[in-house]
Amino acid sequence: MSESTTTADTVKVPAPATIEAPAERTRRLRVGGLMLVFALIGLGLAIGTKSGKATFQLTSGDLKNNLLHLPAQPVGILLGILGVLAAVAYVLRRIPQRYAGWLAAVLGICFIGAFLCWAAAGKTFPLANQFQGTLNFATPLILGALAGVLCERAGVINIAIEGQFLVGAFTAAVVSSTTHNAAAALIAAAVTGVLMAWLLAVFSIKYLVNQVVLGVVLVVFASGITGYLFDQFLQEDAAKLNTPSVLSAVKIPLLGDIPFFGPILFNQTVLVYLTYIAVAVVTFVLFQTRWGLRVRAVGEHPKAADTVGIRVKRVRYSAVLAAGILAGLGGSFFTVGYAGSFSKEMTAGNGFIALAALIMGRWHPIGAMVAALFFGFATQLQSQLQIIQTPIPGELLLMAPYLATIIAVAGLVGRVRAPKADGEPYVTE
Amino acid sequence: MSTDTTTEPEKAAPDPVPAGEPQRSGLPSWAVQSLVSLSAIVLALIVGAILIIIGDDQVKAALGYFGAAPMDTFSAAFSAVGEAYKALAVGALGGVTPITESLTQATPLICGGLAVSLAFRTGLFNIGAQGQLIMGAILAAWVGFAWHLPPGLHLIVAVVAGLVGGAIWGGVVGLLKARTGAHEVIVTIMLNYVAIYLLQWLLTTTTFKRPGREDPISPIVDANAQYPQFGSTRLHVGFLLALVAAAFVWWLLNRSTVGFELRAVGANADASRTAGMSVGKAYFIAMLVAGALAGLAGTQQVLGTDLPLTDGVAASVGFDAITVALLGRGTPLGTVLAGLLFGALNAGGLQMQLETQTPLTLTTVLQAVIVLFVAAPALVRSVFRFLPKERGLGAVLAKGWNG
Repeated sequence: MSESTTTADTVKVPAPATIEAPAERTRRLRVGGLMLVFALIGLGLAIGTKSGKATFQLTSGDLKNNLLHLPAQPVGILLGILGVLAAVAYVLRRIPQRYAGWLAAVLGICFIGAFLCWAAAGKTFPLANQFQGTLNFATPLILGALAGVLCERAGVINIAIEGQFLVGAFTAAVVSSTTHNAAAALIAAAVTGVLMAWLLAVFSIKYLVNQVVLGVVLVVFASGITGYLFDQFLQEDAAKLNTPSVLSAVKIPLLGDIPFFGPILFNQTVLVYLTYIAVAVVTFVLFQTRWGLRVRAVGEHPKAADTVGIRVKRVRYSAVLAAGILAGLGGSFFTVGYAGSFSKEMTAGNGFIALAALIMGRWHPIGAMVAALFFGFATQLQSQLQIIQTPIPGELLLMAPYLATIIAVAGLVGRVRAPKADGEPYVTE
Repeated sequence: MSTDTTTEPEKAAPDPVPAGEPQRSGLPSWAVQSLVSLSAIVLALIVGAILIIIGDDQVKAALGYFGAAPMDTFSAAFSAVGEAYKALAVGALGGVTPITESLTQATPLICGGLAVSLAFRTGLFNIGAQGQLIMGAILAAWVGFAWHLPPGLHLIVAVVAGLVGGAIWGGVVGLLKARTGAHEVIVTIMLNYVAIYLLQWLLTTTTFKRPGREDPISPIVDANAQYPQFGSTRLHVGFLLALVAAAFVWWLLNRSTVGFELRAVGANADASRTAGMSVGKAYFIAMLVAGALAGLAGTQQVLGTDLPLTDGVAASVGFDAITVALLGRGTPLGTVLAGLLFGALNAGGLQMQLETQTPLTLTTVLQAVIVLFVAAPALVRSVFRFLPKERGLGAVLAKGWNG
């Protein structure tokens, strides 16, 4: 488009209007309509906001100096109008298609901002806690979702993330309690995660068991075995076996001094830093290395991969086992990273939410991370709002992240495409 | 456990395994499948025995002087395993009360299992039986204690309400899948949580909360809305409804036009679309019926065994239903048998926990290992070499993520 304006003597030809497929059009209108509804709800909330100040607390520590006072109603209305504009722009296609995602993000931020102004009017909302909690909830989800990405890119469905979480959490707790060594606990968690992954690999790759079946069964197995060992050993001898020490936060110099986000992102436990590294490494390895190319090849078209000499089963084994490390570490977060002791079924379905995050993130590490963060944000927001008390009952707030996921999956993400051979065992003929 | 151990003799519909491999045994396939399933149960019991031994205090004590008297360790281990499994067997099958208790435990598992396996046959992974069951239980309980109708009618209305509740929760999934392509695994998982929190919230409202109680519990459903019980046992008419439901699913899948389309879509959605079937409609119908079946399980919980509605109404039935459906290989008869086996294990497990302090979690392990081994006949055969070779085992539900 820029060439047509710079060359003076050519007649200005309007950029060729791209013809929109009917399916695209319905999708745009549906997504746009949904966005508009949200924007209007946001605006409505803003208009209904009590006048007064909304106070946002910017650090979790001292209260005096780090408060941000905003006039709740005007700011809310401003954000609401911005959101409506973004939604309208999306519906009318006033903005190139490739910025559509950004529009949705703008709208999302405006909506949340307007909502926060409404909820925090006349109160203090701990914004730093909000981000801190988001990261806490998201860390295991990110690790679990990355594990899922690795497996499924190689063509092995991993519904067993929850099971890997459970055994990781269990062993991390026991090893930390007995050795008092954080590194040993994390390594043990990774090892048991790999053991569960090995079961997944053997049964799916060697014995060709249906992978959804297998995943569900492995979750039941993990919950049974950790539950049994908990009942028989940990409960009787809790002092010796179930008193893990929680990892302590390590502040990264310089980065940790950045205002607001510094302490949130860079004054964290080793496990959180490992998560950052894992996102980068998985993204790099999958898309920039030979092994990553092979993984994606055996996940998309194992037969073609086999034809060019890639050993399909071996590549699949390696991807699934590598994923086990991540999922096991993710599990360790529940005990040594956060709660400080193991209890039965303590992962509480987070493995399944990690699965949802990876599908929402369209089998891409970064997408999975964003989806996991979204989940963490919504979960944390719900508990914050319960503390500052809004007219919405707590149980209904608890639903919000799950409803939001359904809306996101149905309305925004829509038809997702898994790696083509995902879930199909490969049989050499 | 003798009758529970066989898997279904009927043939699962599409057999995706290449037909090249010849059948090597003279036995009919159902006999081989039964043998494999039996062996899987034996293997699971061996795994369980190992767990019992490592968890047993007397074995631990005897192990302390293993060098001096090794036989003590073995005899302690032997008696620990023997006592635990004896309690399990007696608790499951040892008399009228244990047997009716096993059947009571099996009742919601069968209906939930049908909900999962019907969706499976249509190519959908219904992880949402839990939420569908809860919604069914909520509506059935509400009709049960808030409405007051004549005998007979009240029960029917309450059961229908339960079916509707489950059907709505399942139908939404099918509708979203058909219209927007939202993946049913995510939607069902999320709807499970929505249902749980909805239930928790309802139990704090004046409509649902029992007057004078602080804990989340509803009033008891009217006697008119309760499933009639068999004698003085806990077994109720809901069990018969579970069998009726299984027969209905069999008829639906194998004898009706709709069922043919469901199976066709489950076998190959693209081919079905090309053949002019509406894949979206099949998804919707399958999830609607699946939801209703899970809703029926909800009514059995709340109108049969529990009576007041609590936040624990679903227990883990919705998830156990998945393993039941897997063990039952997606067929109605298989699901009934698997439900009976798991019901017996649950009932026996409770008895085992009572008598020998072996935790109930052991039965969870047993159930998982059974399904795992049944799903991998090649593994079972590598342990028990005498088993005949048979093609097609274990791959009944093999299918990719993209449906």
